[in-house]
Amino acid sequence: MTGFHWHDIGTIDDIPPRGARCVATPQGKIGVFRTVDDRIYAIEDHCPHRGGPLSEGIVHGAAVTCPLHNWVFSLETGLAQGADEGAVKTIPVRVIDRRIALGLDLALMAAE
Amino acid sequence: MAEKLVIIGNGMAPGRMLEHLLEAAPGRYDITIFNAEPRVNYDRIMLSPVLSGEKSFEEIVIHGDGWYVANGITLYKGHRIVSIDREEKTVTSNHGVTERYDRLVVATGSVPFIIPVPGKDLPGVLSYRDLDDVDAMLVAAQSGQKAVVIGGGLLGLEAAAGLKQQGMEVTVLHVMPTLMERQLDPAAGYLLQRAVEARGIQVRTKANTRRIVGEKRVEGVELDDGTVIPATLVVMAVGIRPNVALAKEAGLAVNRGIVTDDRMITSDPDILAVGECAEVGGMVYGLVAPLYQMARVAAAVLAGGGDERFVHADTPTKLKVTGIDLYSLGDFADGDDREEIVLRDASAGVYKRLVLKGGRIIGTVLFGETADGAWFADLQKKQADISAMRDTLIFGQAYQGGASADPLAAVASLADDAEICGCNGICKGKIVSTITAKGLTTLDGVRAHTKASASCGTCTGLVEKLMTLTIGESYNPAAIQPMCTCTDLGHDEVRRLIKAKSLKTIPAVMQELEWKTSCGCSKCRPALNYYLVADWPDEYADDYQSRFVNERVHANIQRDGTYSVVPRMWGGMTNARELRAIADVVDKFAIPAVKVTGGQRIDMLGIKKEDLPAVWADLGKAGFVSGHAYAKGLRTVKTCVGTDWCRFGTQDSTGLGIRIEKFMWGSWTPAKVKMGVSGCPRNCAEATCKDVGVICVDSGYEIHFAGAAGLDIKGTEVLGLVKTEDEALEVIVALTQMYREQARYLERIYKWARRIGVAEIKRQVLDDLERRKAYFDRFVFSQTFAQVDPWSERVSGKDKHEFRPMAAIGVVKEAAE
Repeated sequence: MTGFHWHDIGTIDDIPPRGARCVATPQGKIGVFRTVDDRIYAIEDHCPHRGGPLSEGIVHGAAVTCPLHNWVFSLETGLAQGADEGAVKTIPVRVIDRRIALGLDLALMAAE
Repeated sequence: MAEKLVIIGNGMAPGRMLEHLLEAAPGRYDITIFNAEPRVNYDRIMLSPVLSGEKSFEEIVIHGDGWYVANGITLYKGHRIVSIDREEKTVTSNHGVTERYDRLVVATGSVPFIIPVPGKDLPGVLSYRDLDDVDAMLVAAQSGQKAVVIGGGLLGLEAAAGLKQQGMEVTVLHVMPTLMERQLDPAAGYLLQRAVEARGIQVRTKANTRRIVGEKRVEGVELDDGTVIPATLVVMAVGIRPNVALAKEAGLAVNRGIVTDDRMITSDPDILAVGECAEVGGMVYGLVAPLYQMARVAAAVLAGGGDERFVHADTPTKLKVTGIDLYSLGDFADGDDREEIVLRDASAGVYKRLVLKGGRIIGTVLFGETADGAWFADLQKKQADISAMRDTLIFGQAYQGGASADPLAAVASLADDAEICGCNGICKGKIVSTITAKGLTTLDGVRAHTKASASCGTCTGLVEKLMTLTIGESYNPAAIQPMCTCTDLGHDEVRRLIKAKSLKTIPAVMQELEWKTSCGCSKCRPALNYYLVADWPDEYADDYQSRFVNERVHANIQRDGTYSVVPRMWGGMTNARELRAIADVVDKFAIPAVKVTGGQRIDMLGIKKEDLPAVWADLGKAGFVSGHAYAKGLRTVKTCVGTDWCRFGTQDSTGLGIRIEKFMWGSWTPAKVKMGVSGCPRNCAEATCKDVGVICVDSGYEIHFAGAAGLDIKGTEVLGLVKTEDEALEVIVALTQMYREQARYLERIYKWARRIGVAEIKRQVLDDLERRKAYFDRFVFSQTFAQVDPWSERVSGKDKHEFRPMAAIGVVKEAAE
């Protein structure tokens, strides 16, 4: 786990409740989601079906519906729900005093 | 310890077997399923409606993931079993998973028969067997134009109809002289061919395929006579063969299928076979009814009780192509010992033939009118002596014994053991007793408890009549479709309660109407948001998080995640200054594609999300506002040049179109609304296939509505003729407001009108002047809140967060907000 690092990205209030924003990284975008009860989740912002931007989907419960073809993903596990098969990577999130940090492995990111 | 039951295959037969088994002997087995397809169990009979677009995959799932979890079943998806070791009693999958079994059920189904001609392996040649085939066809339908279907049987014709519905040019090739010759006599086959051709599908009978032509992918099909039919897609639907390779390798007795006794047990007493791969009594089966019977027998054997045995029965054939009704059952070959009764009604396209032997029905062919199929089948099954009613038999049940033509009475007079659902072998008595015993009040309830009408669905009408007979008027078939899985209420009920209880926020609706989820789903939230916007225009705060991305960012998302932008051009008119501004924007932002749309607008495609506000800022400077090409709202009013220029124009159609558009832009509607105004009956603005259209005539303005030219094609209905432009505007606005207040979310005007009735709409918005005025006033009131240009709002900074990443990490140099 060399190089694992918490990266501050902003506060909870930067994201609308039941909404999402994206964060740019060298490996592509990460979607950061806020549920109705202020839980924060992060998953890769790329639907495994046809590459839809998940952070632009409708957020309901701890799940998001992809804007392109309505696949639904659990924000907790990254797994596709219902009849669809697939998964997106989940990214560790830490929230302290409403500030959000994402846990990313920079060494891994540089190596890739 | 529970015994281990392993099942190879997860089609309809093993799925049904498990349902019976779990009911008869819950907990007896520790169950594992290997499914070569990477998904759950679904209704394979309904693939044709998925192909034609009438249903989605979600709607045909039989057992969702939750069902396997709830029943403690391990399901390996995408695992094909490669070997059975009968000594060790294990099976091994292609991914290396090995499972031990006490009892094994082989349900490997069938494989499509591929005719061995050159070119059969070219890309673009498909079979029609599972969801992957359907997905591949849908993709091919998007890009290709011509399809050839080889095989004019049930599957081939359903595939052809589906592909045609998806917009392809389709040719069906059939080796025999008439279509479906195994199920239909030549006369019915001929009528079927005419009906298929009437849908624009080419049919070639006696057509023998010599080879499939193409270099890198399929380019056409060459027949024996040298004709080449061009094609970008070839579907082979010439038949299926039991999939027996695995069983053969394991040393089980195999003939055409895996040989079983009438208890579905193979030559190895610990191994059963069910479904299309099984051969029982020397027969193999492909229709669902006998497969479900196998499932029942196998479940009884595994549960260790009962003495059910498989008995052969004739199964009726029905074609699942909307608008073509045919039904056939039994033996209909001519013979010296046989008589026949034939009824033909050429103008109505009806053909009925009964084949009799010794005063009993042995074969039935019905085309064009199949309502009496179940009754004839019942007589045939019981071998009833029909001599007494021979003269009127062919006219059907309604003409017998003085029974009235009332369809309810016909169903009421059916015997308790009359079969209602052929797929599942469910009789009238079983349905009626289950409705009573379980207190069922909905169609879904009856389907869940009895399976009746849960497979192909053609007996839904009969089941609904039985419900009405059993529970009376309290059964209301119209009120049973819930909005989504978050509620049991239908759209109409929700709309009514929003008004009745003065619910003015989404949380209030969910609380008061007892939503089953914490904050809804992507189906109900946009619907509720629309209903609240429409019903409380001055009080409700639009919830952007409940809007689909297009309406949230006011542009259309494209397949690669970029957006397209369409500025409003009132009535389709533009000028040099506007065109110059568009050209400048295209250059400045390096927009990759510019296209003229069918609604007389200019579409700029491939714009990065981050660039949208800047694009709008530049367009705004030239006077453009949003064209709402992304909205469930007023899209475009298409016009012709009318009396301004055209030598035939009767009125100022351009002026009226612009006036309507300026009056109505910005309003949200249940689904998109496209309008057109034509200056004379030559109809150059194509107003008669629009949601609302106007045809100008010398004496005034003919107002049309409820047209469609998308998934469905439908000419408009005429609402009426009015004399002045003012009156035309008032009627159109009132019509739109009535639609806004009453329709279900995503229901286009033509579907709403079909539900409400054209006469009723006419009465409310044309004839009843007071009501017309009230609708008009409510629309005008709502417009005072709606007519705000969303683009200029966002240029001034509204919803900034939508267009910028929240942060950038690592070497990315893009500035964060």
